[in-house]
Amino acid sequence: MSYAATHDQHDDHHGAPKSFFQRWFMSTNHKDIGTLYLIFALTMFFIGGSFAMTIRAELFKPGLQLVQPYFFNQLTTMHGLIMIFGAIMPAFVGLGNWMIPMMVGAPDMALPRMNNLSFWILPFAFILMLSTLFLPGGGPAGGWTMYPPLSLQSNSLAYVVFAIHLMGISSIMGAINIIATILNMRAPGMDLLKMPVFVWSWLITAFLLIAVMPVLAGAVTMLLTDKYFDTSFFNPGGGGDPVLYQHVFWFFGHPEVYIMILPAFGIISEIVPTFARKPIFGYKAMVFALACIAFLSFTVWAHHMFAVGLPLGADLFFMYATMLIAVPTGVKVFNWVATMWGGSMTFETPMLFAIAFIILFTIGGFSGLMLALVPADFQYQDTYFVVAHFHYVLVTGALFAIIGAAYFWLPKWSGHMYSEFWGKVHFWNSVVWVNVLFFPQHFLGLAGMPRRIPDYNVAFANFNMISSIGGFLFGASQLIFLGVVIHCVFFSKKQAADRAWEGAKGLEWTVPSPAPHHTFSVPPVIHDEELAHGDVHA
Amino acid sequence: MAAASLALAAFGGVVRADPHPWQLNMTRGVTTWSHVPYDLNNISLGVCVVIGVLVFGAMFIAMFRFRKSRGAVAEKWAHNTVLEVVWTTIPVLILITLAYLGTGGLTSWADTTGSQMTVKITGYQWKWRYDYISYMGKPIDKVGFMSRLDKQSDDTRQLHSGMDPYAVKVGDESTYLLNVDKPLVLPIHTKIRFVITGGDVIHSWWVPQFGWKLDAIPGIINATWANIEKPGTYRGQCAELCGQDHGFMPIVVVAKSKADFAKWLSEQAAAAKKAPPPPAPFDASAQVATQGG
Repeated sequence: MSYAATHDQHDDHHGAPKSFFQRWFMSTNHKDIGTLYLIFALTMFFIGGSFAMTIRAELFKPGLQLVQPYFFNQLTTMHGLIMIFGAIMPAFVGLGNWMIPMMVGAPDMALPRMNNLSFWILPFAFILMLSTLFLPGGGPAGGWTMYPPLSLQSNSLAYVVFAIHLMGISSIMGAINIIATILNMRAPGMDLLKMPVFVWSWLITAFLLIAVMPVLAGAVTMLLTDKYFDTSFFNPGGGGDPVLYQHVFWFFGHPEVYIMILPAFGIISEIVPTFARKPIFGYKAMVFALACIAFLSFTVWAHHMFAVGLPLGADLFFMYATMLIAVPTGVKVFNWVATMWGGSMTFETPMLFAIAFIILFTIGGFSGLMLALVPADFQYQDTYFVVAHFHYVLVTGALFAIIGAAYFWLPKWSGHMYSEFWGKVHFWNSVVWVNVLFFPQHFLGLAGMPRRIPDYNVAFANFNMISSIGGFLFGASQLIFLGVVIHCVFFSKKQAADRAWEGAKGLEWTVPSPAPHHTFSVPPVIHDEELAHGDVHA
Repeated sequence: MAAASLALAAFGGVVRADPHPWQLNMTRGVTTWSHVPYDLNNISLGVCVVIGVLVFGAMFIAMFRFRKSRGAVAEKWAHNTVLEVVWTTIPVLILITLAYLGTGGLTSWADTTGSQMTVKITGYQWKWRYDYISYMGKPIDKVGFMSRLDKQSDDTRQLHSGMDPYAVKVGDESTYLLNVDKPLVLPIHTKIRFVITGGDVIHSWWVPQFGWKLDAIPGIINATWANIEKPGTYRGQCAELCGQDHGFMPIVVVAKSKADFAKWLSEQAAAAKKAPPPPAPFDASAQVATQGG
């Protein structure tokens, strides 16, 4: 212990440890751990993406050409699990790790050793889960939602449940760390209502994580005991109820959806004011809307279950509660537009992704509103309309925000500017092809194509082929992103200024670029005019 | 003219059987209730399009007018109470209207009273079982059968079969993966109550022309109804992931006039008396217990 303590002390006065192993495997530094999270998320994004490419290749035309139906189900299941738990969530944790301490003027996360542990659990969890693809019986094939009794037929259930337990532990530790950092480590003068919206969004998200990850752990543990220890939580033959699982799962699952979008709202609320050179419209309303959405997320879970035959009163309650979420979400969108109004806008790559986010996420919100109407949902449920809906909110929503954030903060992280030309090439390719990919899926769903099927009637052929072409090109476009990031970090000659963007405000832009290994070892003196929200009276 | 008829075909859903190539919108359906989701879909889509045009329009105007390259200087304001109250209140009013419409439609869907016929539907991996329980107040004895993917689709859909999905047709209708060996036959102008359950895992019974889908869950019996207005053949699919052949357990309903249906039913009853089919017991517990063990 005493050695570790002196070692940390030693670190404080110097740069990063020299040894590769010490620096990356034993790191307690929020910036290095943030980088690890981001690299991990990008890796998982390409693995999950390769599953998506195989799915779209099989769906390119009617008839089975490439994979057996059971393997197809493994692909859709793994694609969902990897993208949600491996790509989107760790990417947000990585961004939070990097930026939250710098944004609130803290020297590091509150619990640096736990930070290391919560990252290093993840590679093991995902190796465990991915390994099932190479084991006899194959990977999980019951969908990422793992509904029993179907999921109980899988031989890989124990692997997946253990992997989910590990991810859950990692997420909970990450959330505890973020809450502890934000509540305890802010520099003097950094009041809660002066914090950047991104920090607020993560504070609220962290509470959601702590609230619902144990619920998921409970649900999958019941699956495990049903399969291996002869319990009957979900087995009607023993007095159980398969629908109970769905209630428990979605009590986790719906807040989970907001876990994947609230930090994105935070990112957009940082990028838009920066490039509009105008303070965010209605700061307090933005924070309040985040809290509202988070609270409401606990009251809408059964809108994923309208087709299971709930009692009439339950259907009505969940329809009303779901529609209510449109109000605070609408406020956020209106406020972003009002932030642009009267600004002095430039359109660098982060801003382009933020604008695409606002438009395309709103389209996903529109289809979400349509899905809330129960009688219409009887038609939409479990079709490609739903697939289109959640890919609009998760790909053009969460993912676009993450990519926008990467472009926004890369100069701070690496000390170099990325290539604006190639950033824009990446943006325009992404935004065009993602729409070619997902927009026709609305039509497929409305025409009656169920989701999670490996083959389809010839009536669905045209839009499936268009969607697949969009998919391949969207996937290929992400290689440009990889190229831009590698170029920026290792080869770019263009030095980034401390304040990399003209309109950038906030503490993170007051430290040098690249950010030194340790920042704010001495708490900064807060000048309200340097903060994005330093003079909030409204 | 050609474009107009194509547009009609794409949106109307009445010119050709659904689903059809390039179909853009939901089917209006063929039952007394099926217009409810169709109308709600169209109304809510219309509302979303109007809001979208306003919001995105304002955004594009902002992006054009307030560009730094056009010399725009950033203003300082970041608050406007009137505006914020307006754009919180108007969505609430729109939502109340939509919720009112949705509530009415849902209430009528849930009301199975006064039904003249009962059919029991059981989902299995990967086929459907139909049991005719009662018709016009009289119980029906032993009319029930399994319904599974037709042979031609089944042969064609095998990996590397080398067969052409476009060649699977009934008349000039492409029925690849949407045809069965024995369809569910139903009368028109009859309020039919469906009781739906699952035999092994969860399935979902969905014929888009009926306007709803309902999960077939082991241990639970769900109920709803339909009253078909037009004779015809209506095709649907299982809509809840149920294992490897989830995509290969279609649903076909043949709706006949009451007279034709009565004739068909008496033939089935007579055939059942001669050679009673083996009963299909509800065996969810056995199946799940085996999996669990």
